Amino acid sequence: MIITEPKLLEEVLEMLKPFEKVFIVGCGTCSTVCQTGGEEQVKEMALRLKKEGKEITGTVVVESPCDARVLRRDTRKLKKEIESSDAILAMTCGAGVQDIVDHTGKMTVPCLDTKFLGQIERIGEFYERCRACGECILFETGGICPIVRCPKSMLNGPCGGMYDGKCEVGGHQKDCVWVVIYNRLKDLGMLDLYRTMKSPRDNSRLSVQPREIVWATVVSR
Amino acid sequence: MSEKVSSDLMSQLKARNFTFTGELEPEKTTDLTKVVETANKLKGYVVACNVTDNPQSFGYVSSLAASYIVQRDTGLETIYQLTCRDRNRLALFSDLLGAAALAIRNVLALTGDHTTLGDTPQAKPVFDLDSVQLLHMIRRMVDEGVDLNGKEIESPPKFHVGGGVNPNAKPLEPELIKLEKKIVAGAEFFQTQVVFEIETAKRFFNETKKCEAPMLIGIFPLKSYGIAEYFDKTVPGVKVPRDLLESLSKAKNIQDKSKRREKYNGINLEYFVDFIKEIKKTTQAAGCHIMSVGYEEIVPNIVEAAK
Repeated sequence: MIITEPKLLEEVLEMLKPFEKVFIVGCGTCSTVCQTGGEEQVKEMALRLKKEGKEITGTVVVESPCDARVLRRDTRKLKKEIESSDAILAMTCGAGVQDIVDHTGKMTVPCLDTKFLGQIERIGEFYERCRACGECILFETGGICPIVRCPKSMLNGPCGGMYDGKCEVGGHQKDCVWVVIYNRLKDLGMLDLYRTMKSPRDNSRLSVQPREIVWATVVSR
Repeated sequence: MSEKVSSDLMSQLKARNFTFTGELEPEKTTDLTKVVETANKLKGYVVACNVTDNPQSFGYVSSLAASYIVQRDTGLETIYQLTCRDRNRLALFSDLLGAAALAIRNVLALTGDHTTLGDTPQAKPVFDLDSVQLLHMIRRMVDEGVDLNGKEIESPPKFHVGGGVNPNAKPLEPELIKLEKKIVAGAEFFQTQVVFEIETAKRFFNETKKCEAPMLIGIFPLKSYGIAEYFDKTVPGVKVPRDLLESLSKAKNIQDKSKRREKYNGINLEYFVDFIKEIKKTTQAAGCHIMSVGYEEIVPNIVEAAK
């Protein structure tokens, strides 16, 4: 899931300063789970903005605003409201914001900060687990990702900053993921995977941004 | 791995002489007079000196520039420290070629502390390679004369390349496997993190008996009680023995400055000379890496007495 956090209201108001009529778009998937852009938060934001003197032309929680088809479907009946707005307030991740811009052509104000691809332990507890690096190595590391869970993205074991199984970053509070990987591989009887020297990663594809996958242009895999 | 020896450090290690290395820490300056002065104090007592690369992620003058100037102005051989924190593989490679062109003969390949620990935490941490991969890249540059993609280097560098290892690591086993990986990658020598407790050092050497690469145990003479307390309380995994802390604490209270200094020197001399002698006698350690930043005056005495 894509984990988001709300920006400070003052920051949002600053961006909205030049605009009077605002249409709000929420997200029925990730932002709903994060409680940053679901029905409730959209309603609350509409009330707050009204208090600040804004005119709310309408609101909608799109099932998945990052999916252009779904965005079109869920906003079809709201064309007039959107058209009459000065700006859209997007309570979505960055992918959602950009889809909204593409679809509406309106000035779109991001209401959230997109944090990471995460695992949800419970509501209010989100952990980064994937950097979408494009080349999954989870098999070699017992299903635990050092690219994202090690601040140095080390590939061959813990750095000298590990102590007592903890990471030097943040003052030895968090687990050193290489110790976690080591223990997991040991339990699985797969320590040879740790012993194997991992070569430098090939960043050539990752470096060509933005990344795109277009089936029609994929000749073979 | 090439058998050719191209540095004083490596020839001492190969001759199995108990070897001393020192450490120089260039600072936030363009004036390297102080570093050169320090190097001159250490010359004759250590065979070579590490030159740190933005230690603890503080932005200092380049370790390459400092390594070159120290060698040029003092004749003391340097061990050029190179970390993966601030450079991608392209930059590492070209700095290494530059180092070879400037007659640097030893490199210590390190991962480097994280950027957020230093004085410019906003910096983008690079870590394109890790220390194992950097070691391997250097090995191939030297032995095969090629870059990471196998492209030929005209006039390849002649380096001896070393790695770091942490005897204080807890758990130790993942660190020991990483040590094996560094050897496979091509490390020719190791310098350890600071160790104060003789038992920690002995246990480490006992666990690494099979390791054929020479290892130098890292020590840090304690100029004052404050430094000892800093290590003991804030450096994870590093413990200063109680007795040593207590004697330094007593010395701290001596009012007369020169008497206090004398006492501190005496305590350090006694402790570290015994420490080195014990390591020499009971372990396979190839030498001792003395990190004496700001306390170089003690090094000649320690080295002479421990010989």
